[in-house]
Parts: sequence; structure tokens; C-alpha cells
Amino acid sequence: MTIGAAAYTLLMLALIVYTVGDGSQKIFSFEGIKFFTGTNWNSVEGRESFGALPYIIGTLISSGIAVAIGVPISLGIAVFLSEMASSKISTPLSFVIELLAAVPSIIYGLWALFVFRFWILNLIEMPLYNAFGKSIPFFGVTPFGLDWFTAGIVLGIMIIPIVSSICREVMRAVPNTQREAAYSLGATRWETVRIAIFPYAKSGILGAAMLGLGRAIGETMLVTLIIGNAIGAAAIPTSLFSPSQTLSSLIANEFNEASSDLHLSALIGLGAVLLIITMVINIGARLLVSRMVKVSAGVKE
Amino acid sequence: MLRRSSRRRLVDKVVSISAIFSVILAVILLGSILIEVVINGARSLSINFLTQPPGAIGSGLGGIGPAIEGTLIVVGLASAIGAPVGVLAGIYLSEFAGNGIFPSSVRFFSDVLVGLPSIVIGIVAYISLVLTLGSFSVWAGALALSIIMIPIVVRVTEETLKVVPNSMKEAGHSLGIPKRKIILHIVLKSAKSGVITGIILAISRIAGETAPLIMTILGTDLFFTSLTGPVDALPLRIWRLVSQPYQYAHDFGWGAALILILMVLGLSLGLRLLAHRRGFKIGTIAA
Repeated sequence: MTIGAAAYTLLMLALIVYTVGDGSQKIFSFEGIKFFTGTNWNSVEGRESFGALPYIIGTLISSGIAVAIGVPISLGIAVFLSEMASSKISTPLSFVIELLAAVPSIIYGLWALFVFRFWILNLIEMPLYNAFGKSIPFFGVTPFGLDWFTAGIVLGIMIIPIVSSICREVMRAVPNTQREAAYSLGATRWETVRIAIFPYAKSGILGAAMLGLGRAIGETMLVTLIIGNAIGAAAIPTSLFSPSQTLSSLIANEFNEASSDLHLSALIGLGAVLLIITMVINIGARLLVSRMVKVSAGVKE
Repeated sequence: MLRRSSRRRLVDKVVSISAIFSVILAVILLGSILIEVVINGARSLSINFLTQPPGAIGSGLGGIGPAIEGTLIVVGLASAIGAPVGVLAGIYLSEFAGNGIFPSSVRFFSDVLVGLPSIVIGIVAYISLVLTLGSFSVWAGALALSIIMIPIVVRVTEETLKVVPNSMKEAGHSLGIPKRKIILHIVLKSAKSGVITGIILAISRIAGETAPLIMTILGTDLFFTSLTGPVDALPLRIWRLVSQPYQYAHDFGWGAALILILMVLGLSLGLRLLAHRRGFKIGTIAA
């Protein structure tokens, strides 16, 4: 019975890969390589054309921003909690951050749409637009706060609780002898973190960052609310403030209104691309981490 | 020499200040989410809001009754499928399997499964259940959510069972107790709280999922009628309310968000209090 349950897990993954592969066959034979390089997205019958490039770019760029913002802040929080704060501060703060990791992403989306969007609009986008809008095309679109830039930042905020909780846990698992050795050599706090903590905790930190990246790439509903939902070539981010679209947000937006089998297959094809991207990252990260652990043999927690 | 050490101290200061700055930034941003949800959400709370079905779009009437009911049904059903399968697979990995190819690949691929975007799981549930059975259904939603749940429960269960000391199992064997009884009465019993932790973590994770639900349970304005028909859910309702161009709908969205957050944080908080009382630690890795 237990082995059956274990096999069920494998079976589900096989089912996922098979179904997505089978469902997207139609679009791959229709578009071929153009599915990955095309920018046109048209589901009107007789003029069908499906190119996923803008959404692949939109996905990579928004989750890239998310990691660029979320991971350094999470590391800062983890360093503060595990190396700087007294337990009077760090215990309740870690507790609250761990709780926040359970807040559903749709609620981040709601907050971003009605609250945070206006902070970004008034504090960053409008000043940039007023200052450079006329001279630099990159700032040349009138901002509404509904663009890939905002989406990336909100995704970054969304991954902070989970990434910082894991980083803190990994850093706390570093034995105290490591810290004591560094301090006894006269290292400052930062030097201790850099030479004694980070090398020891790096595989865990990398794993946390990868988990955050995976969450940001796969996030759907939050993105549909704030990315502006552009279609076709317009979804390629040419300006900092231009609306865009990710693979998952386009699937969510069009799935229930798919007008033909080909359209449905094209959306499943987007899912296949998403599946490939996340699997490559996931498996790559795991191999990297296990190699790192082997290299620094004996220091695995 | 002096300049070098003052530079080192400066770097140290800068790093410390940026660490404190990140904490302050996170507290402001994440605090703002909680405060906005509580303040805006509390305004629309009423008995009617919690029990009534949604009114006509734009009418400003009705509530989120079907969504609350639907979330409880779908998440409950998903847990009823996901928890036993996850725990059994975890038991297999920790008690029966060694490090052969099959158990290793189960471990590896459950980790891969945890990392898959939930919308992909939604697509698969749509094709294999909704299309073949011909209608959006509670079953499809529950099965999709259970696929998200299982790998989390598997890994947490395995990790917790592994920690149970071998001497306890050996004591059982030396008394001639059959293996299944040892696992049921000794291993599972002493690892009970850890296994429950994994299950609750997974439940709070799937309760907030939205993407796979669009493709499986679809959402409706009506209360639950049958397991083979569509049903509503809180995250889905929030999404639909927010997409409407009416102020009252947005207020309702905040109200629904408050209920969802109370459910999820209530689970999480309850779990942590339980953990505190029983004196075991919760890993965040699986969350």
C-alpha cells in the first residue's frame, strides 16, 4: 500500500508531463519553431498565429526583477535575525515572517492593485517619467503602475517571507564554533558573515533563492492583476512602464475563453514552456546544490 | 594600518545598516498588507456578507457564502485524498525503501513536483478530468489541489519519521511485533505531531491556490449542489470581485481576503501554538 502511494506520486508527474506534451503537440506541428520566436498572438479563426516569445520574455524579466529585489532583502533580514538581533527581537520577528509565508498570493495581488501600485506610481514611476520621459525612450510611456516593473517588484515582495525564513534557518544551523573562530581572528561582524557563515550556508541559500525564483515564475493570479495584460508584440517590454504578460498570466486570462482546439493547444503549449523552464531550474538547482555539498564535504547540516 | 581598519569598520557599518534597512522595509511592506486587509476587510463584514450568495453584478448586494462553503469542501476533499497518500508514501520512503533507484526517484521527483507552477497542474486536471467528464467539477478541483499537497506531505513525513530513534523500532522487533504494527503504533505515534505539521502546512498552502481552480471548479454564484458540478472558492471569488469595476465589489474583495487570511493564518497559528506546547520544531523548508 505504501509503495503504491509512492508510485502514485511518480505517476502524477508522468501524467503531467504526458498530458502537457500531448496537448501541445497540435500547436507545435502548426507553428513549429515559430511558436518560440513569433511575437504575434491571434486566435481569430482563419488568421491564427501564436508566438510565445513576448510572454517568455515577460516571465523571465519579471521573475528576474523579483529575485534581484527579493533575495538581497531576504538575505539582509536573515543576517539581521541570525547574527545581529537579540533573541528578544529575533524570535517574535521570525515568527511573524514565517506566518506571512502562509499568506496566499492572491492577497498580495489585491494589495498590489489597490495600494502598492500607487506607491510605485507616485514615488518611482511618475518622477522618472517627468524627468526623463521626453529624452529617454525607455521611460517614455505614460505610467499607470500596471506594468512588468511593478509586477516584478510585487513578486519580489511576495517571495521575501519564504526566502528569508529558509535563509535564517540555514544560517542558524551554522555551528557557533565557525563564528567564534572568525571573531577570535579579529573579524568584524560582516567579515564573520562573509568568511564563516556564507560559505557554510551557501547551498541552503542558493536553494532558497531557487525556490523563490520558481515561485515567481509560476505565480499567476497576482500577475494577471497588475501586469497590464498586453497581447502580442505589445507585450514585449520596450519601456520600463509598458504593460506586459507572462506565460502563466496569459494562460489564466484566455483558458476559459479558448475559441478553438488550436487556441487551447497554444495555451497548453505555453504551459509546456513554463513546465520546461521550471523543471530545468529546479533540477539544475538540485544538482548544483548536491555538487556544492559534495565539494565542501562534511559541512552539510 | 589605521586607515585599513577604519575602512573595515565602515564596511561593517554599511552592511549592518543595510540589513536593518531590509528588515524595516519588509516590516513596512508586509505590515501594510495585513493592515489594509484588516481595515478594508472589516468594513464589509456582516452576517449577510458571510452567508448570502452574491447578488447581481453591480447591485451591491449579497455576500460570499458559496465561496466560503466551496473552499471548505474543495480543500477538505483535497486533504482527504492528499494527506493519506502523502503520509503512506512518506512511510514507504522512510521505513521500507532504501536508497535504490525507485525510492530515490520518488524523492527527487516529489521535489520537482513541489516546484511545478500550480497553473500547469490546473491544465492537466482540465484536460484529464474536466474535458473527459464533460463538466467543471468539485472532484477536478480537489484532485488538482491534492497533487499540489501530496509532495509536501511526502517529504515532511519522511523527514519526521527518519528522526524517530532506531532503538524504539528495535525494541518493537525484539518483542516480535510485526512490522506494520511497529510502524502504526510506535513510529507513527511518536512522530505524530511532525506528520500533522506537514499536513497543516500543505492545507494552508492549497487553501490560497487560485490558478488551478479557474480550470477545474470554475466558480459560480450558487451554493454547492453536487460533487460533479462547479462550485465557488474564496481565492477565485476575490479575483472575480477585484476584476469588476464597482467600488462595492472591491470592498467585498477585501472582506473575502480577510476571511481567507483568517482561515490560513488561523491554521498556521494554531499549528505553531500546538508545536510550542508539544515542544517540537517546525521546518520552513516545506512551507
